[in-house]
Amino acid sequence: MREINASKIREAVTELCLRANFELRQDVLRALRSALKKETGGRARNILKSIIENAQLAKKKRIAICQDTGLVSIFLEIGNDVAIKGDLEEALHGGVEDAYKKGHLRKSVVDDSLMRKNTNTNTPCIIHVDIVKGDRLKVTVSPKGFGSENKSAIKMLRPTAPASEVTDFILEVVKNAGADACPPLILGIGMGGTFDHAALLSKKALLRSIETRNTKKHFRMLEKDLLKAVNSLKIGPMGLGGKTTVLGVNIEEFPTHIAGLPVAVSVSCHATRSAEKVL
Amino acid sequence: MINITTPLTEDVRKSLKAGDEVLLTGTILTARDAAHKRLCDTLNKGKALPLNLKDAVIYYCGPTPARPGRPIGSCGPTTSSRMDLFTPALISLGLGGMIGKGDRSDEVTKAIKKHRCVYFLATGGIGALLSTKVRSSKVILYNDLGPEAIHKLEVKDFPLLVGIDSKGNNIYGKAGRKKE
Repeated sequence: MREINASKIREAVTELCLRANFELRQDVLRALRSALKKETGGRARNILKSIIENAQLAKKKRIAICQDTGLVSIFLEIGNDVAIKGDLEEALHGGVEDAYKKGHLRKSVVDDSLMRKNTNTNTPCIIHVDIVKGDRLKVTVSPKGFGSENKSAIKMLRPTAPASEVTDFILEVVKNAGADACPPLILGIGMGGTFDHAALLSKKALLRSIETRNTKKHFRMLEKDLLKAVNSLKIGPMGLGGKTTVLGVNIEEFPTHIAGLPVAVSVSCHATRSAEKVL
Repeated sequence: MINITTPLTEDVRKSLKAGDEVLLTGTILTARDAAHKRLCDTLNKGKALPLNLKDAVIYYCGPTPARPGRPIGSCGPTTSSRMDLFTPALISLGLGGMIGKGDRSDEVTKAIKKHRCVYFLATGGIGALLSTKVRSSKVILYNDLGPEAIHKLEVKDFPLLVGIDSKGNNIYGKAGRKKE
């Protein structure tokens, strides 16, 4: 067994929350630059230029890329041969709290969905754990804003539904998101599993580089088709028209039941943030 | 590019057209979901608002805290449509303009036309860049709401687009419209 101290995990979570909020992902930045080359309209170009300039300024001055510094989801992959010394849960919430205080990040979490009192710590965070082989611990943080989160959706399709129904549903979600979700978007799509698992897969899909395609050929094709179909909506940067409505479409999938085809779409903005570290 | 200053008088509002690029200088007030609810709860109880909205500009924004030595942190717009239920009541009190992102409801558009108000768009997700246009920031109301408190911001050349003008014309083409 390899021992990892919970205090190390806490430090890693803090470091990752700060990095995610100040430094736009390189894959996203490259996609924005390539979108700028393709756009011809003045408005779309100006918006993309501002987004790129904003990313540079945020990194240099250590100011949050977006004021919505999100509700933090933490994804852990814990190796079978890892023994965590100390309180893991406290380390995760504590790491988030430290980052949001130290980094002057916005505290956007309320204690109760109806009573709505700000916890002033940006905690609790959402924790997902996978057990994997090996003696490593991978920590991924994803601080996600709610302008886009509010537009996410799930649909339980018929098991015999053709791929075109999946496409139709996703187009409907993107149209409904319109300008509100800060396009150009990144779409994380979860297919298969159960209602809850499809939603989780859609979140995990957002963590993958948008330059990496699904390993299965038919899902890879669907990712490409969806990218094309969504961009043909011409919603464009900030919904003001243009060629770039999405920067990337990532699908994660899982076996499912004979009676169903769950499809979940996590809508994410042009400031899609995540950072990871292996301990 | 059109330069405008606050207070946003009716003459200025009427001169702006959907799609115009504007640089705004002056005082704006931040208010988002919780502050809107509280303002409208006050009105619903038959009480007067604790601030004057005549010709004022409300910015749908909850900034990140300022680093030492800076007036404000990241401060981009939030989604305007969540404020739609509350907005007509505030417009009827003489509110001059609103800044946010995304489209508005038909009810808001109707109120904008009736009272010759203006809805501006700021680019979402560029809060670090927009923070360089803010000279000062001070919480003036609802301090207990934290990031959702009403902040008074002094801005210089804050870049905006006219989203819905005083005649109800809307910048979003067919693609940007949420409702089919």
